[in-house]
Amino acid sequence: MTTLTNRAKPVSRKPMTFIESIYLWNIFKGMMITLRHFFKKKATIQYPEQTRPFSPVFRGVQILNRDEEGRERCTACGLCALACPAEAITMEGAERMPGEENLYREEKYAAKYEINMLRCIFCGFCEEACPKDAIYLSETFAPAAYNRKNFIYNKKDLLIPDPKTEPEEYAEAKGLREISKKNK
Amino acid sequence: MIHLLTIDWLLLLEKLVLIVIVVMASLVIAMYETYAERKIAAFMQDRIGPNRAGPFGLLQPLADGGKLFFKEEIIPNHSNKILFILGPSLAMLTAMMTCAVVPWSGDLHLFGRTIALQIADINIGILYVFAVVSLGVYGIMIGGWSSNNKFSLMAALRGASQVISYELAMGISLISLLMMTGTLSLKTIVEQQMVSHWNVLYQPLAFLIFFVCALAECNRTPFDLPEAESELNMGYHQEYSSMKLGFYLFAEYVNMFISSAIMATLFFGGYDIPFFNEAAHADWGNWLALAGVVCFMIKIALFIFLFMWVRWTVPRFRYDQLMNLGWKKLIPLALANMLVTGAVLLYLQHK
Repeated sequence: MTTLTNRAKPVSRKPMTFIESIYLWNIFKGMMITLRHFFKKKATIQYPEQTRPFSPVFRGVQILNRDEEGRERCTACGLCALACPAEAITMEGAERMPGEENLYREEKYAAKYEINMLRCIFCGFCEEACPKDAIYLSETFAPAAYNRKNFIYNKKDLLIPDPKTEPEEYAEAKGLREISKKNK
Repeated sequence: MIHLLTIDWLLLLEKLVLIVIVVMASLVIAMYETYAERKIAAFMQDRIGPNRAGPFGLLQPLADGGKLFFKEEIIPNHSNKILFILGPSLAMLTAMMTCAVVPWSGDLHLFGRTIALQIADINIGILYVFAVVSLGVYGIMIGGWSSNNKFSLMAALRGASQVISYELAMGISLISLLMMTGTLSLKTIVEQQMVSHWNVLYQPLAFLIFFVCALAECNRTPFDLPEAESELNMGYHQEYSSMKLGFYLFAEYVNMFISSAIMATLFFGGYDIPFFNEAAHADWGNWLALAGVVCFMIKIALFIFLFMWVRWTVPRFRYDQLMNLGWKKLIPLALANMLVTGAVLLYLQHK
């Protein structure tokens, strides 16, 4: 028989001798292997206490961004929804009224912004498509939920905390990327 | 009629206390064997194992037991109810009965009495062990039969044939040991080993055969054919739930503890402290006996570790391999060992 590589080893078809057929020596060799593993460093990561660092290009749950003054960046242009291959994003635009300049950065904003996390494939095209730097993918993943409704994330779930009123939460949400880099 | 005053009531009380202690201790040890098993399995597979319930997961056995108690008790409609309940009870009962003849240590001197740390020093100790151990398979057989389930029945058949084939080799391997000791009493065997050497030095092959057969008797991997998860779908305890299942699983661990104790007694000097002359330190009194218990327990723990080590190393034997090993390898080896021992003993007598 011709072989593709020279790594192939022919199988020995010899009948076992009496010593071999009581298996003792081979079992002993196997037991030495398991004993070696007994003292090896364990591969376990104690999950809730320890987390594994994400890769720097990890794409997790989306975050709707605010600018430094705490105004929403999104202008409901719909480019993210257009770019989304899974058609997970829906939004409704609205006009900014006088007196709302501290809430929204541009004259138009998203009154409703929903991402269906059951459809989302975390490809990150929304982040790429956004001209306003209003949406980006964080390094957390969507937590489990008991029904489908809870997987449709609305603005309340997606918006980053206001840097002016909740600076700590904002820094935490912003800093996730940096923290996970530090863990490495 | 026996006059009531002639009965040594204190002796009865003393034995009762001893029985309670031994039974409780073997149950607690069996509980922590399950924990040890999970930990050792995990460590050999580069994992950590249970560590959430209590410090280092030490309360895990309690959590497991609690879970089993609260599970639904199901008795299948087509099962034989009496036998179905008898199965696990018998398994547990026979597992607990064996510890009656194990000598746990030397005598204690308390309240002016000499208390033997052995429930019953009968002169046919080993025979008793064999009798009870071979009863143990009835737990498996009855459980498998009464479940009215093909898998369980197959498992029961396997269990029965396995025990028959391995008990033979076990008995023959012991005969060579008994020819040397000249007694069946476990206590006397230990005392002989205390003054001379451990029996394993004279009978290593007998020990090896005995150990392999003990694995088979306890239905431990690589001989766990009766419960073979992947083939028989849990085997004889497939239809069992709640604490009846718990009893079966528990009986296995009690069996492992007891057979470790028997092996330590027969081959490794029982409660003899190695490299230490007990007779010269008789003035230690009770402390000597307690040290003996500790030493015995350490030996048992080592054997239990060995059992688990083997379990997590060796895959299950195929049924024909099992029969081959039992009948064609172990029995001839045991017979040869017996003949050689007999010849050497005869030679030494007539020298």
